[in-house]
Amino acid sequence: MLSVAGLTVRFRHRTGAATAVEDVTMTVARGEIHGLVGESGAGKSTIGAAIMGLLPPAGEIAAGDMRLGDTDLRTLSAAQAHHLRGKRISMIFQDPQTSLDPLMTIGDQLVETILAHEDIPAEAALTRAVDLLEEIGIANARARIRSYPHQFSGGMRQRVVIALALCTNPELIIADEPTTALDVAVQAQVLDLIRKLAETRGIGFILITHDIGVIAQIADRVTVLRDGKVVEQGDTARVLGAPEHPYTKALMAAVPPLDRRLRRFAVPRVEGEAETTDLTAPAREAEDWLMSGAGGGASMGPALDIEAITVRFTGERRGLFGPRESFVALDDVTMSVRPGTVMGLVGESGSGKSTLAKVIAALVHPAAGEMRLDGAALAPMRRRTRKDPSRRVIQMVFQDPYSSLNSRHKVLSILTEPLRLYGLERDEARQDRLARAMLALVGLPAEVADRYPHQFSGGQRQRIAVARALLSRPGLLICDEPTSALDVSIQAQILNLLKELQTKFGLTTLFISHDLAVVRQMSDDITVLKDGKLVETGPSEAFFDGPRHAYSRDLLAQTPTVRFR
Amino acid sequence: MVGFILKRLVQSVFVMLAVAFLAFSLFRFVGDPVSQMTGVETSLEDQARLREELGLNDPFALQFIRFAGDLVQGDFGYSFRTREPIGEMLLTRLPATLELGTVALLISLAVGIPAGIYTALRPRGLVSQSILIGTLIGVSIPTFVIGILLIFLFGVQLGWLPTYGRGDTVEIGWWRTSLLSVDGLRSLVLPALTLGLFQLTLTMRLVRAQMMEVMRTDHIRFAIARGVPWRRIRYRHALPNTMIPVVTIIGLQFGGVIAFSIVTESVFQWPGMGLLFLESIRFVDIPVMSVYLVVIAFFFVFINLLVDLIYLAIDPRLRVRESA
Repeated sequence: MLSVAGLTVRFRHRTGAATAVEDVTMTVARGEIHGLVGESGAGKSTIGAAIMGLLPPAGEIAAGDMRLGDTDLRTLSAAQAHHLRGKRISMIFQDPQTSLDPLMTIGDQLVETILAHEDIPAEAALTRAVDLLEEIGIANARARIRSYPHQFSGGMRQRVVIALALCTNPELIIADEPTTALDVAVQAQVLDLIRKLAETRGIGFILITHDIGVIAQIADRVTVLRDGKVVEQGDTARVLGAPEHPYTKALMAAVPPLDRRLRRFAVPRVEGEAETTDLTAPAREAEDWLMSGAGGGASMGPALDIEAITVRFTGERRGLFGPRESFVALDDVTMSVRPGTVMGLVGESGSGKSTLAKVIAALVHPAAGEMRLDGAALAPMRRRTRKDPSRRVIQMVFQDPYSSLNSRHKVLSILTEPLRLYGLERDEARQDRLARAMLALVGLPAEVADRYPHQFSGGQRQRIAVARALLSRPGLLICDEPTSALDVSIQAQILNLLKELQTKFGLTTLFISHDLAVVRQMSDDITVLKDGKLVETGPSEAFFDGPRHAYSRDLLAQTPTVRFR
Repeated sequence: MVGFILKRLVQSVFVMLAVAFLAFSLFRFVGDPVSQMTGVETSLEDQARLREELGLNDPFALQFIRFAGDLVQGDFGYSFRTREPIGEMLLTRLPATLELGTVALLISLAVGIPAGIYTALRPRGLVSQSILIGTLIGVSIPTFVIGILLIFLFGVQLGWLPTYGRGDTVEIGWWRTSLLSVDGLRSLVLPALTLGLFQLTLTMRLVRAQMMEVMRTDHIRFAIARGVPWRRIRYRHALPNTMIPVVTIIGLQFGGVIAFSIVTESVFQWPGMGLLFLESIRFVDIPVMSVYLVVIAFFFVFINLLVDLIYLAIDPRLRVRESA
């Protein structure tokens, strides 16, 4: 149905042109789901945009053929191409929060799309829209069709987006990371829906994703891309089950498995680059400095006890003198992290994982409950002074490496700040030396200290964030989704680094993630939260062998794996 | 929704109290009102009697409460200069300023919004570039220079339009309007253009920047990918989303237009509140100045409330949060 042959896309720059996609050939048959997988910069989305005829102004198709049925997509005029969009090819975007017009009811958006392509009365379009919403799984569609997008949850909104892509009966739908912004449970439902639509309506899908688990779950065929070139192509079971190309193999190896725990991840590398495990001299210096902490010798991180923590957020007042509505973010949560171990904290979005981390780091004040660090009471936010020693001991690594480093400061000043702040090292030359040594320890060259954060990639920034946390000689490290903004191969590197540092320095770690497979690799113990309540907490291996709680079993079952049916 | 408006009203009361206090302090502490009102020949006893009669010996708080109470009842006191009640003086001047400000606003919206949309949709076109350069000049020249240039060109050189005053006016009750006679309308053109020009360029640039931003958002890209007609994408999807932040700025600017019509009114000898204010400054007519301050603050508060209501009307997200 769709055939793309020798597609090459170039982007013009001020200084010349860069090739984003080179000689890509692929086909999609009726009812087939074709996965496009690769890391950021691989050109996946550019291929989608080229087929839609929606390349940005700087982009141009330099060579190749694109045909949909009998239509040559390259010879269409602008008006013809616009008419074809929606009618024969549709698209689903990544983030359902932003892909609907917030000021228009979903009914109006559906009806306008149908009327744009078909000459039927408005009532008929409305009836079709209602039927479609019911089919897609939105209960009480007749009433809900008058709702605005913000009145739907994320998963429901993605269903509305799918309904919009579907309402004109297109032959092909390009889904660009359709589940990346969703929780696993919702992701599983949306993927099921896509599978069902491909089967019952015979729609061809191009599924663009960075997540091999998603591909393994529903794609019939897969194309692996790297730097705009096809690395490997074929049936999903063949490509993922018995990969031939070293890059595919490396990519597969970097995906954290759910069913077993690895000691280290294999990391895909550029050919010719050797991995060194030997520490350089400055790295050893940084290590010695960390080891020489408080008691000297190999110290162990502290034990953390959380007892009956409850957090309430107050909302808007109801009316002028009405009571404030309050929302319970954490409800009576009790758990403890054993000294020197990693506690994995999992749950869907809104389950309160990050809130718990913020309570421990004194960024949110709990309504009730107590915390203890190595048996000593840990003051909650409003009572924890600036000078409290726990502020040095507890350090955080945040999810988004792009916003967690001050973009106006050089890396050196970001790194020496904890040394100055906690008075660990007063001599400036020594601070400078230690900061550079710490960079070596996290795997960055010392000279990067003189650059600004924007000059680094996401993975490098996350290394800097880790180095910053280490420079306060922490005992308890809180990692809040440290790798979810990163590509899988970069994720593998950062997880390796965290693992190494944790074992070496016996850091007590609270590792927060929505990805159970990642948590399995990292944690000794695991705690599951749901809607602010504790579901279960206990040793990690026992949990993965057979979770006690039904909710945990669901969560585990919904996590996509790379194994085959 | 009712709660939201009530909340805003309560906030407005506090704002007005604060402004009234400032105005009162101005009245009370800048110069001595009695020596302003009396001449050199008035005896000290008479001055003291006047002071007692006017309640100037009462405690500060009592005087302020009396001042605020009078304002609420619409009693604005008397001008030092003309001995007329200030309320009446302002009321005769108010229509001139409001008409000027409103027409200026309408001109700026009628030209600024379409020009903003046009330059956003064709950012690289020759026309867009010329408009942008033109408005840059408009922003950089001060209002009074523009006024004088317009007078020179259309009034003096071409002789098409009158250059001062309101022209013929028609009285509807107490409201004296220049909108209903040809001569009045002709007189309005130049001052309204002068006053509206800055607002026009601001509106245009704001609409342009916001619209370009909105055209890059996901939901517009999705609408394009669904093949929704371009006209609908631009005017039903992009435009309302563009207007949400623009409305706030335009509203605040309108308050500014009324407050700062002083310059334009003086250039065109427009008999509005601004001109009255200038005259009051010249004669140190402090009661008029402080009442002017309160009235302008009232306009700002009122316009802000109006903007909030418009907001509720265009953004469903706000409506629902209130009812939920």
